[in-house]
This record gives sequence, C-alpha cells and structure tokens, in this order.
Amino acid sequence: MQGHGWLRYHRQMLLKGWGEEGQRKLSNAHVAIVGVGGLGCPVALYLTAAGVGTLTLVDADAVEETNLNRQILHWQKDIGKPKVQSAVEKLLQFNPNVKIFPVHGQLKDETIEKWLRDANIIVDALDNFPTRLILNRYAVRTRKPLVHGAIYGWEGRATTILPYKTACLTCVFEEGPPPGVFPVVGTTPGTIAMIQATEVLKLLLGIGQPLLNRYLIYDGLMMTFHTVKIRRRPNCPVCGKF
Amino acid sequence: MAVKVRIPFAIQSLFDGATEVEAEGRTVREIIDDLEKRYPGVKQRLCDDDGELRRFVNIFVNDQDIRSLKGLETELSEKDEIAIIPAIAGGVVR
Repeated sequence: MQGHGWLRYHRQMLLKGWGEEGQRKLSNAHVAIVGVGGLGCPVALYLTAAGVGTLTLVDADAVEETNLNRQILHWQKDIGKPKVQSAVEKLLQFNPNVKIFPVHGQLKDETIEKWLRDANIIVDALDNFPTRLILNRYAVRTRKPLVHGAIYGWEGRATTILPYKTACLTCVFEEGPPPGVFPVVGTTPGTIAMIQATEVLKLLLGIGQPLLNRYLIYDGLMMTFHTVKIRRRPNCPVCGKF
Repeated sequence: MAVKVRIPFAIQSLFDGATEVEAEGRTVREIIDDLEKRYPGVKQRLCDDDGELRRFVNIFVNDQDIRSLKGLETELSEKDEIAIIPAIAGGVVR
C-alpha cells in the first residue's frame, strides 16, 4: 500500500470509487474550514481521520465555557485558548499525516483571499450570517465549492454550492436573520457536520450525488430529514445575471 | 380548505411547540392570515409592515420556493404541504 501510514485508511479504501487513487486525491486536497465551533470541530475531526492532506482552520474566537456542550475539540483545560490552536493540538495527535494551517482572525473581504487562496473546497461552519455572506461571495467569485451548514436548537440545515451551477446562499436567503443568542444541543451541529464532511469527501473523490440545489432540513426532535428544492435566482446580486 | 404547514424550530414557541399545524386558505397569504388568528404574532415574524414576506424568510409549497411561483398569492390545492424556512445564523451573533 502506497504512502506512509496509509493502513489507517484501509477500511475506506475498500469502498467502490475510493481505493489508492481516491486516497491520493484526499491526500493532495486542501480544505478550508471556516469556523471551528459546533460544526467546524466535528468536520475537522472527520476530515483529519479520513486523511485529507491539508486543512486551513479559520476562527477569531477563544474557547469559552459555554462552547463545551458541542465544540468537541475544545476541552475544559482549553478555556481562554484560541479555538484554532486548541483544535490543531488535538487533530495533529489524532492524525500526524495531516498538515494544518491555523488562522486566528476574523474573516473579512480584505483577508479572505490570502487565507483561503490555496483551498480547493470551503466548509461554511460559521455562527453568523454577515461572515457567511462574505464567504459565499468569495466562493462564487473564485468558483470554489462551498459546503454550507447551519443550526438552531434541534434544527439543522445543509446544502452544497457549486458556484454558477447551483443556487448560492444569497439565491436562497436575500438577507440574514436578526441577531440573537440561540439555543443549541451538541448533537445538532454534530449531525449537520457529518453531512458536511460526507459532502466534502464525495466532492474530493468525485462520487455520489452531492446536495446540489437541494436544501436539507434536519429536525432532531421529530427525527426527520426533509429536502426542498432551491434554484439560482436570475437577479441574485452575487451569482445572478446569467 | 386545510393544508399542512411545517413549522421551523425558530418559531415553534409561537405554536406551543408544534412542529406541524393545519391551516385554512386558498393562497399562502390566506394561510398566514389564518395562522395569525390562531397563533398571534406569527404574521409579524414572517411578514414586514407592508404584509410582504420578510427577506430572510422562505416559504416552500411542495418543496418549491414560492418566490419562484406567485409569491404570497401562490394558490394551494387540498394535499399541498407548506414549509416555512427562515434563515438561521447558526450560533451566537455578537
């Protein structure tokens, strides 16, 4: 088997459409995870486990006690530490084959190009709408796939955006919700994060059917998954005029 | 005519925690008016002062966005299912 330490990937390489070639695709890939909280922690953990070669983690925050019910890479001893640092420490112990670039800072129009330039795929694991819109604009402009996830309480959402081929975030929502502190149980971002990580792996391997023009709604209380159709808006200010 | 309306988590408190309710109306606008009678405050959460859908709220009829149909005037049939889907930020907004 090629590659040092690839035995750990043996079980996934048995899958149809994966094999050594698929694992090499993962190993050569660079995924940016924006937000290292409830969604970003499990996404990073599973992409690290799967052997995605390079990850960029972006987050401006430090670990707070109220994060600990869901942000599984951050532990009691990490309170006060930058989230990206706390995450990198765990991830490198988990799989030292993976290269990780931590970026401790607020994503802005001025910084996004420098930080995300080298990523092939972007994961939207954010906790606020204004930054999501910056990320969506950047993904559309650079035509990078954007795997979106969002949560509120027992409810989660996910979709995969391929710029100019599928609806972008602004095609679906013309603006963000009013600000507020939301309730959340850790299993909701955990569930949505698994969907996001699965979407990333499929995109990298080029197999399966991603959540394209489909907006998935997960209801943990009723335990339902419901998908609605979304479509590009010709007058979308971000990806319109096509 | 009654149709099923799926209620998102963000406004379930207005519906005594219900995840799905029935409402009467021939158009989406009439459905919202009917919901408002039984669950006061709903209309204000979904619509602006002019009675139009807020820009961060989407309503789907049978999985189709009403903005791609006839908006609030979209006509309904007996077995239609409505889903209200507001944008969610996904955490703490500072």
